[in-house]
This record gives sequence, structure tokens and C-alpha cells, in this order.
Amino acid sequence: MTTATSGPVRRKPSRFSLSNERAAGYFWQGVVVGLAIAVVFWLWSNAVHNLSVRRISTGFAFLGREAGMPISDAWIAYSPQNTYLRAFIVGLVNTLRIAMIGIVLATVLGTLIGIARLSSNWLLSRLAAVYVEVLRDVPLLLQLLFWYVLMQGLPAARAAWMPIGGVFLSNRGLVLPSIPIEAGNLWVIGTAAIGLIASCVLRRRFVARQSLDGTPRLLWPYALILMVGLPALVSWGLGVSWIIATPELRGFNFVGGLTLSPEYFALLVALVTYTSAFIAEIVRSGIQAVPRGQWDAAMALGLRRSFVLQHIVMPQALRVIIPPMTSQYLNLTKNSSLAVAVGYQDIVSIANTTLNQTGQAIESIALIMVVFLTISLGISLFMNWYNARIALSER
Amino acid sequence: MTSPTGARQDTLPSGRSRSRRTRSDRAIGWLRANLFSSIPSTIISLLLIFLLAKACVSFVRWGFWNAIWTVPGNQTGACRAIRGLGACWAVIPEKYRFILFGTYPFEQQWRPALAVLTFVALFVVSSRRSWWRKELVLAWATALVVIGLLMWGGVFGLTYVSQDRWGGLPVTLILATFGLAFGFPLGIVVALGRRSRLPAIRSLCVLYVELVRGVPLVSLLFMSSVMFPLFLPDGFNIDKLLRAQVAFVLYAGAYLAEVIRGGLQAVPSGQHEAADALGLSYWRKNGLVILPQAIRHVIPPLVNTFLAFFKDTSLVLIIGIFDLLTTAKTAIVDPAWQSFSVEVYLFVALIYFVFSFAMSRYSRRLETEAKSL
Repeated sequence: MTTATSGPVRRKPSRFSLSNERAAGYFWQGVVVGLAIAVVFWLWSNAVHNLSVRRISTGFAFLGREAGMPISDAWIAYSPQNTYLRAFIVGLVNTLRIAMIGIVLATVLGTLIGIARLSSNWLLSRLAAVYVEVLRDVPLLLQLLFWYVLMQGLPAARAAWMPIGGVFLSNRGLVLPSIPIEAGNLWVIGTAAIGLIASCVLRRRFVARQSLDGTPRLLWPYALILMVGLPALVSWGLGVSWIIATPELRGFNFVGGLTLSPEYFALLVALVTYTSAFIAEIVRSGIQAVPRGQWDAAMALGLRRSFVLQHIVMPQALRVIIPPMTSQYLNLTKNSSLAVAVGYQDIVSIANTTLNQTGQAIESIALIMVVFLTISLGISLFMNWYNARIALSER
Repeated sequence: MTSPTGARQDTLPSGRSRSRRTRSDRAIGWLRANLFSSIPSTIISLLLIFLLAKACVSFVRWGFWNAIWTVPGNQTGACRAIRGLGACWAVIPEKYRFILFGTYPFEQQWRPALAVLTFVALFVVSSRRSWWRKELVLAWATALVVIGLLMWGGVFGLTYVSQDRWGGLPVTLILATFGLAFGFPLGIVVALGRRSRLPAIRSLCVLYVELVRGVPLVSLLFMSSVMFPLFLPDGFNIDKLLRAQVAFVLYAGAYLAEVIRGGLQAVPSGQHEAADALGLSYWRKNGLVILPQAIRHVIPPLVNTFLAFFKDTSLVLIIGIFDLLTTAKTAIVDPAWQSFSVEVYLFVALIYFVFSFAMSRYSRRLETEAKSL
């Protein structure tokens, strides 16, 4: 658009006005850039002076020093004797752990609620609307504190609630049964993952061939063999045990199983419910953006409702849904930094503790920025790739 | 889909006219169409009615039936006895002054109350489409000065109250309103800069917007509380609230710039060409022709951004500024009232909800108006 506006101006016969405009452009750019550089230089020289007064050395050497900060909820081996670098990595793992699981759960819940809002059942659609309205209009931090207080108000481990067998909810957090993580189990899981990928490849092949000759091909027998048969064979061959470790109450706490700390669980619930309200609105408007004629035409062909939704409406709705969905995923990841309010140690919380202990403010903030900009870039790249894949291919 | 009335009409005897159909008939028709149209729908309805009734009963039992509304002094024994069974609403009348106004001198609290009313009046005035004129800018300037006078005092016989005594709802509104009042012009300038054909200016604006939008607000606030003092010369110390305010302005500026840029993109290029043909300068072209159209395009998303921003002010809790959420959290540190945080959080959530709900309703109304235009 900018070239369009400058186009006619540039073609003017008078050389003088052209050079004048160009000179003005260079002048203003010079002024703005010069001003920016001056401000940055001024801030930087202040910082250097202030740091030398406070005897804080700049640079990332502090990362090699002993951190001395306890991290209660670490998924990789960590002790306070480890270095700051290791603490940062633990924080990064914690951030990724909350963000990835949160994104998956929020997408599922949000899609269900978005579809529920369009339901012909009045009660269901009203309830979904109330859910969306209430969760969107209360600050996330308040919701997080609220969930955390509720978690703390739960009974002690001794009197834990058991909603389903083997799952315990108490003020120590949520305890789930888990499979033993050993080499054999990982091999089997790996085989199943390869089977899943192979099935996806096969499905694309089948669809491509069907579009050539028109005969549909059955996928599920192959998928069953690849995803269930092969892993079962590997499991049997290696003699892997699949005894599920059910948590048991010993003394004041649970032993065995997978424990989600109250902080993690409260943060997860808050992020998932809050983001799902936004995702529900995106899904709803995406489905509504598909013209009614598409439904009518598909129904006129005698197709089933579920088939129409899956193969005709959803692919078109996804084109509207994906771009705003990307920004919701980014929001969820950034909002996970509210962890600091309940004491779940994510990267921001660790950086903040580091900053208070060492005074390395600039370096700590720079690390946060690098991490989040990388995550944002990663999510954007993935979603752009997905968006390009589902985009309308015009012939 | 057949309408409920249509389906009903077929089964009625022909002698009976439409007008004589009773209210209960219509209600049954409505129920049939909207709750019990098919077997799955009926199952869902019954299940939801059951769950809803159960939730309502237990909420009424906790919130009203078993609730305690007042206790003498700080004697919360009665409240603690029914903990988990009934709410202790007595915490609200006991603490609401602190939650709303923080540590502002008690007998002077009519001043922040008046400031809050001024804010609300300002919002109401600004929401009227017919009042979107130049005078509105003047009204904003006056109102913000009045609010400053009320909060600080020191003139007209008002005693001076320093910034660190401010707290509660006025602080939340100050952070949100001033953040927007300064972030909005900044957003406009940056949006124009991002669409400028001067590469240096464009890349500076892109850098600013992407850096601010790429990191969490929490880290910006940490920056404001820890790094600002580091970057300023010795002895030049600005207040914590003001530092957070600056962070909010920068944050709002980046997000608003993106919204406004969307509006700028929606203005057809013919408008630029026509303005150029009239010989308007860059600033006159944008100020008189482009921006009025661009901003009109994005009013609903702008209001949504304002709403998100209003909620985001609660994050100052993390750097210890006494906004509405922080005062609420502090109010229940008091040992006597420690275990009644749920009640306090519900009270505060209601305040946030009233403001946010009004804003989201308003944005939806603007959207339907924009569609019908």
C-alpha cells in the first residue's frame, strides 16, 4: 500500500520535489535512529555506572555458580548445590510442561464448549455461554488464586478424595497411577508412536489413491496392526511388565504413582479453563463463518451430520479458526508465568529468584526474553505450517 | 427445521384459533423444540437439569442458608465452626473499606470514592457515540486532573496523601485508564511507523512491538520494578507505581498498535491517493483522512483490548503494588479472617466482573451496530 501511494509521486516530472522528499525521508530516519541510539546509550551508560557502584559484574558467568535455591517441583534431577544454569533448565522444563499440557487440554475443552454453544439444546448452549462469559470477565490471576485456595482447602492426604480408583485429590495435589518408566516400556511406546506415524502416511496414500480411482480403502485393519499389534508383539518379545503403579498412602504422603503438586494443578486448571473460554468463542465463530449453504448442500446429498461436520464444515472452519487460535496458544504460554503468584517455579519465577539473589537483572530478563521469544517463534512456525497445509488450494 | 408453533398448529383442532392458544401450550411447544427435541437432547437436558439443581442447592445452602452475615468485633469463632458448610460473609462488611481503598487515610476515603465515581462517569460519557467529538479529549484531560487532585490533595484544603498510601479500586482504575490514555496515542504513532516506507523507522517499530508482545507481562513488570532504577541516573528515583504505569503504557502501546494497524490495512488505497492528490501533508493526510476511518473499523477489537488490559492490571500483585486484587489478598492475611479467602475472592471477582461485563456487552453492541451500518 505504501508503494502504491508513493508510486504516482515518484513519477512526477520535477526532479526537485523527488529529491526533496527523499532527503526529508533520510533526514527523519536519521533523527529517529539517532534519538533511539542516544536514549539506549544514555540508559546503558547509567546501567554500567550503577552496576559498578553496586559491584555487580555483567555477563553470564554467574550461570556456573551454585544456585542454592530449592526447587520443589523439578522433573529433572536437581538439588540446591547445582548451578544456576541447571536451575534455569529446570524452570524451562516446568514452563514447557505446563504450557504443552495446558494447550492440549484447553483446545479439547474449548472445542467442546464452542460446539456446545451452537447446540440446538437451549440449556446446553446457555450454560456454555455463561461459562464463557464468566471466565472471560474475571482476571486470570484472581481465578488462579481462587483455585489455589480451593486446593489448599482440600482434605489432607489421609482423607483424600478418590473420584476414580487410584486417583487421589488432596491438599498435597493430584496423584495419578502411572506406568513404570523403564527401557522396555519406552521401546513399546516408541513402536506405537512409529505405528501412528506410519498409519498417518498410509492414510494420505489411501486418500490420494481414492481421489484417482474412486474406490474407498479400509484403513483401520492396517492401523490396528501398526499401532496395537506391533507394540504388543514387542512387549511380549521383550517380556515387559505393565503393572500400573497405584499410589499408596504411607504416613502423611503418597508413595508411587505420578504426583501433580497443588501449585501445578491449580495453575493448570486456571490456565485451561480461562483459555478454553476464549477458544470456545473462536471455534463458535469459525463454525458460524461457514455459509449455511454448505450444510444445506451436503445434507441434500444425503450425507450424515457427523460426516458433514467432519469433512465439509470443519475443514472450512479451520481456516478461520487457526490464526486466532495461534495467538491463544501464545497467550497461554505467556500466562503460564503467573505461576510465580502461587509459587510454581517456572522460568520466570526462577529468573526472578536469581535476580534477587545475584542482582544480575539484565541477564536474567534477557534469558526470559530469549526463552519466550523462542517459544513464541516455535509455536508461530508450527501453526503457520499447519495453516498453510489446510489453506484453500486454488487451482 | 419446523418451528415449534408450526408443528403444534398441525395437531390442533381446526376450530381453535392461534390467539386462543394458552400460555402453557406455548411453553410446552418451546420446551419440546429447545430441550426435548430428540432422545440425546432429552438425556443431555435431564442430566444438566439434575447437575444444575444439585449445584444450585449446594450453593444456596453454603452461600445463604448456612451463611453468617455479621459477627461481633473480630470474634470469628462462629464462622470457623461452620467452615466448609457455610460462607462467612461477615468478612466483607469488616474488610470492604480496606479492599476498596487500601491504606488511604480512613476519614479521607470519600476522596478515592469520588475518584472512582469520576472514572465511571468518564467511561459512561466516552461510550456514547454521539459524544465522540473534540470536547471529549478536553473532558478526559479535566477528569484526569480532577482525579489527580482528589487522590494527591495538598490544595484546596485537602490534606496531602502520598502515593504509597493509595490502594484498591482507584489504583486498578488509574493503572488501566492512564495506561490506555497514554498507550493509545503511542499505539497510533507506532502503527503508522510500522506502515511507514522509511525502513529504519519501520524496523524500530517492528522491534518494539514484537519484543513487548513476545514476552509475558510479568517479566515486563519485573523489569519495571528492578531494571528501571538500574537504567536511570543516580539519585533520580521514580515511584514504584509510576514505574509500573510506564510499563503498562509500553505494554498497551504495543498491543493497541497491532489493532490499529489492522484498521489501517482496511482503509482502501484510493483514500491515500485521493489525500495525496489534494496535496495534504503526511500528518494531515493521516489525521484527517486515514486514521478516522481506520479507527472506526477496529472499535470492537479496541474495546476487547481495553477489556483484556483492564484485567491485566491485576498482575501488579506480583510486584507488590496495592491494586484491588492485592488489597483483597492482604485483607485475609489478618489471622482472625485468614480462612475466608474464598468469600473475599468472590467479592472482588464480582467487582471485576461488573466492569468487564459492561465492557464486553458494550463491545458486542458496537459490533452489531457496525454490521447494521
